[in-house]
Amino acid sequence: MNATDSHKDVSPKGAASVRMRGVGKAFGSLTVLQELDLDVEPGERVVIIGPSGSGKTTILRVAMTLERIDSGTIRIGGQHLYHEETSSGQLKDASEKHIRGVRSNIGMVFQHFNLFPHMSAIENIMLAPVKVHGKSRKDAQQIGMELLDKVGLIEHANHTPGQLSGGQKQRVAIARALATQPSVMLFDEVTSALDPELVGEVLNVLRDIAEEGKTTMMLVTHEMGFAREIADRVLMFDAGRMIEGGPPSELLGNPQHERTRSFLGAVAEH
Amino acid sequence: MSDMTQTEPTADEPDADAPTGGAVSFQVAQDHKWYRRPNIVVPVVLVFLGLTMLAVADTPTARFRSEFAPPGDVRFDWAYFFHLVPQMLQGLFVTARATVLGFLIAASLGLVLALLRRSESRWVSYPAVAVIEFVRSTPILVQMFFAQVLVRATPAISLNALVILFIVVGIHYATYASEAYRAGINSVPAGQWEAATALNLGPLTKWTRIIIPQAVPNVLPTLGNYLVAAFKDVPIGDAVLSTGGVLFMANAIRSSDFRAVEPYLLIGVGFLLVSLPAAWLVRRLEERISYERD
Repeated sequence: MNATDSHKDVSPKGAASVRMRGVGKAFGSLTVLQELDLDVEPGERVVIIGPSGSGKTTILRVAMTLERIDSGTIRIGGQHLYHEETSSGQLKDASEKHIRGVRSNIGMVFQHFNLFPHMSAIENIMLAPVKVHGKSRKDAQQIGMELLDKVGLIEHANHTPGQLSGGQKQRVAIARALATQPSVMLFDEVTSALDPELVGEVLNVLRDIAEEGKTTMMLVTHEMGFAREIADRVLMFDAGRMIEGGPPSELLGNPQHERTRSFLGAVAEH
Repeated sequence: MSDMTQTEPTADEPDADAPTGGAVSFQVAQDHKWYRRPNIVVPVVLVFLGLTMLAVADTPTARFRSEFAPPGDVRFDWAYFFHLVPQMLQGLFVTARATVLGFLIAASLGLVLALLRRSESRWVSYPAVAVIEFVRSTPILVQMFFAQVLVRATPAISLNALVILFIVVGIHYATYASEAYRAGINSVPAGQWEAATALNLGPLTKWTRIIIPQAVPNVLPTLGNYLVAAFKDVPIGDAVLSTGGVLFMANAIRSSDFRAVEPYLLIGVGFLLVSLPAAWLVRRLEERISYERD
């Protein structure tokens, strides 16, 4: 857990590290993250588990800047997300411009898809490449169609989200996040809102992304079988703290903490 | 509800005989008297008035009497009524023009005000709130008088009456429209804002491609209602600013021909013919939007 700055922060394939130091976040009197130190290496696949209210989703949300941290630092690929270094080496709060620059390395897929309902699938995917990354519509469309092909939805390019099933929506949302070629991908309970028979198609897409290894993946999920299969490391969270972490075979197979055992027991009963 | 028609205080509740409940049940019983209940009295009075009017109107010598009309001109004249139509149509076009121009200002300025009010800077949002609340809580009649005096007292500004009228209507309804836009913007789900952040969209793209396209359809029915309301407020301008709308025409006819019933009735008919289809269109729009949202 004590990886230092000497580690490589960016892999040759483009995946980037995530390094959190002393990250704290509270909503009013409710502390959701306490002094969190977390390192994710470039290309690593980390699954975060824990009961609801444990702060696991908040980790992804602060990394995506959907919530701002109260204390600590977060670095993506070696660059500070919320801070800028002055010429004297001191850290100061970052400008929105700086945050936008670093944020362009991060992509996120949401539990409830959050597709833009007034745009077709392909337009959803093309929007950021055209508007943020300055691609021509032609190039963006080509990227979009390749991604739709990858998630098996090339036939549905002109469908609006209202015409797609939950699983199809989530696959479009994944394609949309991939279109910006992020170095770090955050997946926030991406199968939790799906009917059980639609979970498989989304997990297959995640497997493909994991196999390519072009991006660091942080996943919050309750699919323990999938976590065991895909994760390099599983982290158990409770009450805003990481209480245990390790390879899936160890953490899921032989948990050390009583809290982890009771949580895994409760999840297995489903 | 059936016990509401009972006149006996003890009949509406089985335990009303108990001495402790006596005062309450007595009060309730008072309301049972039919002439104390507005939902009975009002229709009865209306039917009675209607019947009276029918009876009077059916007298062959005076189908329609009005105290506004001078003696000798008491009879409602259909030929005269229709003879006024072209002149009143002219007025209606002026009224419609002021409405449309005013509403264009309201729809665009309203969005600007809504966005200013949302600004993170207090130096922007507080003045926006002040303007919206001030204009919304003062009558449009007073605003028109004020605008007229302001323009006349300022030598640098010279505007014709119609321009003053549609600017006042535009600003007045812009403040209402801004509240509608605000509600529409708030109705865009949080997930849409988060997706825009996650895709790193800039503020301009976020607003023009994500938020406004989803907020405006929700606002359209409300804006439609404001359009109809603005249309009905524009004749105030005829009275205050002497713009040549329907009310101005009716007043002019009344001064020259000494007949008031026909022109004023024509205004009523004209507004009905425009407002009813407009209201129907707005309702259709509402239905269609709620259908598309599902």
